[in-house]
Amino acid sequence: MICDWGGSVLKQAITNLGSRTLDALWTVGLAMRFFVTVLLHSGMAFRRFGLTIRELYFTGVLSLIVILVSGLFVGMVLGLQGYETLQTYGAEESLGIVVALSLVRELGPVVAALLFASRAGSAITAEIGLMKATEQLSAMEMMAVDPLARVVAPRFWAGVISMPLLAALFSAMGVFGGYLVGVQLIGIDEGAFWSQMQNAVDFERDVLNGVIKSVVFGIAVTAIALFEGYDAPPTAEGVAGATTRTVVTSSLVVLALDFVLTAFMFRGIG
Amino acid sequence: MNKTKLDLWVGLFVAAGIVALLFLALKVGSTSALNSAEGYEVIARFENIGGLKPRAPVKVAGVVVGRVADIQFDDDNYEAVVTLRLDKRYAFPKDSSAAILTSGLLGEQYVGLEAGGDSVKLKEKDRILITQDAVVLENLIGRFLYDKAQEGAPQ
Repeated sequence: MICDWGGSVLKQAITNLGSRTLDALWTVGLAMRFFVTVLLHSGMAFRRFGLTIRELYFTGVLSLIVILVSGLFVGMVLGLQGYETLQTYGAEESLGIVVALSLVRELGPVVAALLFASRAGSAITAEIGLMKATEQLSAMEMMAVDPLARVVAPRFWAGVISMPLLAALFSAMGVFGGYLVGVQLIGIDEGAFWSQMQNAVDFERDVLNGVIKSVVFGIAVTAIALFEGYDAPPTAEGVAGATTRTVVTSSLVVLALDFVLTAFMFRGIG
Repeated sequence: MNKTKLDLWVGLFVAAGIVALLFLALKVGSTSALNSAEGYEVIARFENIGGLKPRAPVKVAGVVVGRVADIQFDDDNYEAVVTLRLDKRYAFPKDSSAAILTSGLLGEQYVGLEAGGDSVKLKEKDRILITQDAVVLENLIGRFLYDKAQEGAPQ
């Protein structure tokens, strides 16, 4: 009897695991198909660029404040922490290198993408999910307006364009924050701060790779946000769940992609 | 199409983003102009390059005039073959010498060029004949200890 009961529980657990895995694979496949369909439908986003500009305002301009302020604080913290450690080696002047490299290579693209996911990504998901729940998307289809081309594609391209710009602003603001703390507050020599930084930071290897990273993150975060919104069950609960999933999934994807990209770009050679 | 306030904000945002990129490119980083095709390559052979890495600077009188383009190992002579890419603006005598030096006590290693007196200049694919290896700290300490022991022994 007991043995039989245990067997059914085990069977249930395996069935659950299997169906969850299948569901997850199904979603991944659906998301990929959605991504390709959006790319194929993005003609209108460029032909009527006004649509994309409108979305640039909502994803880019409205994320500016949070990006700039966090960039400044991250840079200032890097300045303080970097100084604490470098001081023990008598290499305070290298603070510029520490601040600039960590921002341009990693923190700029990654933290900007995480903030972007929670600021703009969640808004995109909620908006599209609500449009679906209130049957605005179906209404568009009725009027022979393709919602993928009219609603989804402009948001996608706006996200892809604004992400590298936001990451660059974050890094620039962070360097300025590091400068404020290092040079103005602690009193490191200004010339050494900038010149060491310029010697160590290479445009192609560091700045350009950072930009490439942020473009990839922009594509990933926006695509996830749009898919979650489009795929959300058309209920209040469904939209709420989808918004949460956007932030969680895109944060995880950004961090995982960051590892992959870093492994490609900096593998300890040169 | 009529202009709206929204367009202005987006324009401002894009402009700020591009300014930030330019700031990162020009003020924070240095463009690797020396890394591009505008230059010529010369080869130097060393018995020991220490911690020299590709992209390390090549300096003359403290001024960066090029970068290490490539490091290979020659298993006929058991030597390191270091390819230096020099800025085409500068020409150096054919009998110049190359040494592997360290900036500061713990700093990175770089190649120091010392100009010679020849009137013929170095050209693409030329070889720098006179080279000086990197100083290996262990060897230096070993020699120092050996000398100390020698000093003490005869008395």
